[in-house]
Amino acid sequence: MSFLDLDEFLIDLVDLVDIVYSPVVDMKDYPGSVDVCLIEGAICNEDNLELLHKIRQRTKVLVSFGDCAVTANVPAIRNQLGLGNTESVLQRAYIENAQDNPCLPKADGIVPQLLERVMPVHEVVHVEHFLPGCPPPAAHIKALVSQMLSGVKPNLEGKQIKFG
Amino acid sequence: MILNDLVQIKTKELAARKKVTLRCCMAAGCMSSDAKGVKEQLENAVAQAGLENDVEVRGVGCMKLCCEGPLVQADPQNSLYIKVTPENAPAIIAALHGGTANIPQADPDAAFFKNQLGIVLANSGVIDPERIESYITVGGYEALHEVLREMTPRDVVETMVGSGLRGRGGAGFPTGLKWGTVAKSPGAKKYIICNADEGDPGAFMDRSVLESDPHSVLEGMAIAAYAVGADQGFIYVRAEYPLAISRLQLAIKQAKQLGVLGSGIFESPFNFTVDLRIGAGAFVCGEETALMASVEGKRGTPRPRPPFPAESGLYGCPTLINNVETFANVPPIYRNGAEWFAGIGTEKSKGTKVFALAGNIKNTGLIEVPMGTPLRTIVQEMGGGAPGGAEIKAVQTGGPSGGCIPAQHLDTPVDYESLGKLGSIMGSGGMIVMDDSTNMVDVARFFMEFCMDESCGKCIPCRAGTVQMHNLLEKILKRKATRRDLEKLEELCDMVKNTSLCGLGQTAPNPTMSTLRFFRNEYEALLQPDKYGPGGNGDTNRQPAAEAK
Amino acid sequence: MAAKTLTIDGKSITAEEGATVLQVAEEAGIKIPTLCHLEGIYDVGACRLCLVEVVGVPKLLPACATKVAEGMEINTDSERLRKYRRMTLELLFAERNHVCAVCVSNGHCELQTMAYSLGMDHVRYEYLFPKWGVDTTQRLFGMDHNRCILCTRCVRVCWHIEGAGTKNVSGRGTKSHIITDLNMPWGESVSCTQCGKCVQACPTGALFHKGSTAGEMERDRGKLEFLVTAREKHQWVVAV
Repeated sequence: MSFLDLDEFLIDLVDLVDIVYSPVVDMKDYPGSVDVCLIEGAICNEDNLELLHKIRQRTKVLVSFGDCAVTANVPAIRNQLGLGNTESVLQRAYIENAQDNPCLPKADGIVPQLLERVMPVHEVVHVEHFLPGCPPPAAHIKALVSQMLSGVKPNLEGKQIKFG
Repeated sequence: MILNDLVQIKTKELAARKKVTLRCCMAAGCMSSDAKGVKEQLENAVAQAGLENDVEVRGVGCMKLCCEGPLVQADPQNSLYIKVTPENAPAIIAALHGGTANIPQADPDAAFFKNQLGIVLANSGVIDPERIESYITVGGYEALHEVLREMTPRDVVETMVGSGLRGRGGAGFPTGLKWGTVAKSPGAKKYIICNADEGDPGAFMDRSVLESDPHSVLEGMAIAAYAVGADQGFIYVRAEYPLAISRLQLAIKQAKQLGVLGSGIFESPFNFTVDLRIGAGAFVCGEETALMASVEGKRGTPRPRPPFPAESGLYGCPTLINNVETFANVPPIYRNGAEWFAGIGTEKSKGTKVFALAGNIKNTGLIEVPMGTPLRTIVQEMGGGAPGGAEIKAVQTGGPSGGCIPAQHLDTPVDYESLGKLGSIMGSGGMIVMDDSTNMVDVARFFMEFCMDESCGKCIPCRAGTVQMHNLLEKILKRKATRRDLEKLEELCDMVKNTSLCGLGQTAPNPTMSTLRFFRNEYEALLQPDKYGPGGNGDTNRQPAAEAK
Repeated sequence: MAAKTLTIDGKSITAEEGATVLQVAEEAGIKIPTLCHLEGIYDVGACRLCLVEVVGVPKLLPACATKVAEGMEINTDSERLRKYRRMTLELLFAERNHVCAVCVSNGHCELQTMAYSLGMDHVRYEYLFPKWGVDTTQRLFGMDHNRCILCTRCVRVCWHIEGAGTKNVSGRGTKSHIITDLNMPWGESVSCTQCGKCVQACPTGALFHKGSTAGEMERDRGKLEFLVTAREKHQWVVAV
């Protein structure tokens, strides 16, 4: 959502890029020959993993976008429970804290299975650039996107990096 | 106590000597196979045969061929019985009058024994470590007398410099230079510390010296103390060596009673006391600054050097720290002279070195060889090669700080420089032989795990770096790693080596780096294709796309 | 005291004998990164971030624990040093659970700031995700082991400025952790004077005032400076 904080820059951006896939673009499958993908979120379940592999195959430049993608952040706190934590995590969420109709979300082929371990994106595939931040400040996003658009290899340093 | 008292003890001992001596190994290795029972039964058998006046059953220190213990040697018959059980006792006694006991024997003239040169272990397996008189009989404490009565501290240091002895703890720092530095450091109070915190996996040289000849270490410490001007010594010995501790305690007590430790030793103005400090089993406490912190009762963590202990050591006083084997070399040097010692070994590595032979080798045990002996002589001739006809693949020296020397370099002479050139170190004397069934990546992982567990946690590269390196090695072994992981491992090796605070961290990457140097193919064989690596697109066969922009 | 002449990063500098390389560099306006160093307490040379190259010395030396010498030529900022420093930080971030987004010190954290200044935008090593707890038994302060980098500043201020000796290190290797007295809950400590110096000294969100929520925890280093000035110069100057 912090992408929307780019405000008027978004208007300039629309002339320069085609947004072909995003949560707000109605596209069922990830398209081929994508130039740049800003990936949000940690890799938590099999669906994430499959999509990430597909993205890597069909994209030239990947940017890990935001702390969850860069560090696995809050979603990875469950990793502290050790391997084999998925059952206890689901128990806690869907049984112990359920107000009514407690049941585990299990439907093979429909509900993706949780991975044993939540991972940052670059642990799974090669990532070209990193833009940490929770969320990444709009100024940092603008700096990175501008550098890429002008053909410069993005290089954020010092005050342009922010975690949390 | 004067020289004449020593001579009297010696004369009395020699006069009481019986016709036959049965030496029973009473070091930790044989004790664990009921050597005590063997000795008791031999004493019973001697009594039953009515031979008390002719046969002495003597508990002695390590007889070196540890894999065949318990060992019993009959002198002057020169028969060496192996794997002796208490039930064998009557047969051994019967065989003293000729005839053969139907008990397996080892050949005392075999290469394992013939190639040894005893300086440190000269008394091991010969004298009774629990009787100071036994040590005095072989010339014990005469060197201390000579030093105290005839030499100035300066002469003592000069003799040590002339001998060319280098520290046997691993790094090989010239002992004479160290003594000289401590001697010159200003300070009214100085300390001597004997580092007996032997911790390398598979190493038991220092334990054997302490169990077999504790007085030689005490005498060496006293000579060193006189040379540098110290009057108090500590032996820092690990709690896992209960037998060494009890023999040391006994030796200190006997030495004090006889007056070779204490005040006005040999009627000179020199005073010296020795106390034991028992370590709680932390490997890092073998590092000198951590060891001193531990002696002071603090958490055993190293500190940056300088200042070196010679300048500011225990309680901030100038302190001399040497290892057990170094101190055990001291009395023979003063008994026989610096030239004698300097005549043994190679140009830069003088004297002998004790090694604990272990691993995939026929004769495991303790050996002492002149510096410069080729590794091949040690592992093939003396060690008898790998058991079951297997080929030797590598020899690991220096424990977790050392490296693996591959079979093609077996002709390397054992000295500080040659081993260093091969990316290993002399170390304290652990020598682990590996045959062709050994997975070298697993060897690297084993030593990395050791360093990870033994890191004190003070500095970041060692504390957190060893964990990451260990995890990467595990990942490689599980066939889950890619070339990028191997690169990360190598980068970490370099970083941990160059940035860690103490020797433990600085040398922790050594086993990994040396196996990478000589057995890189074994690592590469375990790597997986980097399907989603840089330029990767999930297909193992397709050429990576050029990196965008 | 004799003066020593040396160069740091090519700059000629005169220093007092007995001063450390870190002190001298700071006076000359050359910033060397540190984490375990804290003005006023003795140095331990543990974080290895301040390692510098000294011409003629094969090993890298910690600037905080190395005394200046005549004619020393020091480099504080080479490509190799930058690489090692970044790796050191990555190792720290991977070692415990430094979840900046939900940390009380977010935005006021020395570890975070150090990561920015050394250009660390991600961690290449696998996060270890160890299980560490939070000790909130003390009335005023809390200790979150997940954020601890084991710099031992808290231990040193506790022993050498407050003189209470409450804080200590237990365990070995990566299992090392800060303990209170004989490894008891902080709230049960009899030696703790509740002075809070450890909280002021902590570079991260490991030690915090209770009641601070994410991003709220700010330090008051002036308190420590006041005590150090009082001890060393016998001046009780209250900073305004």
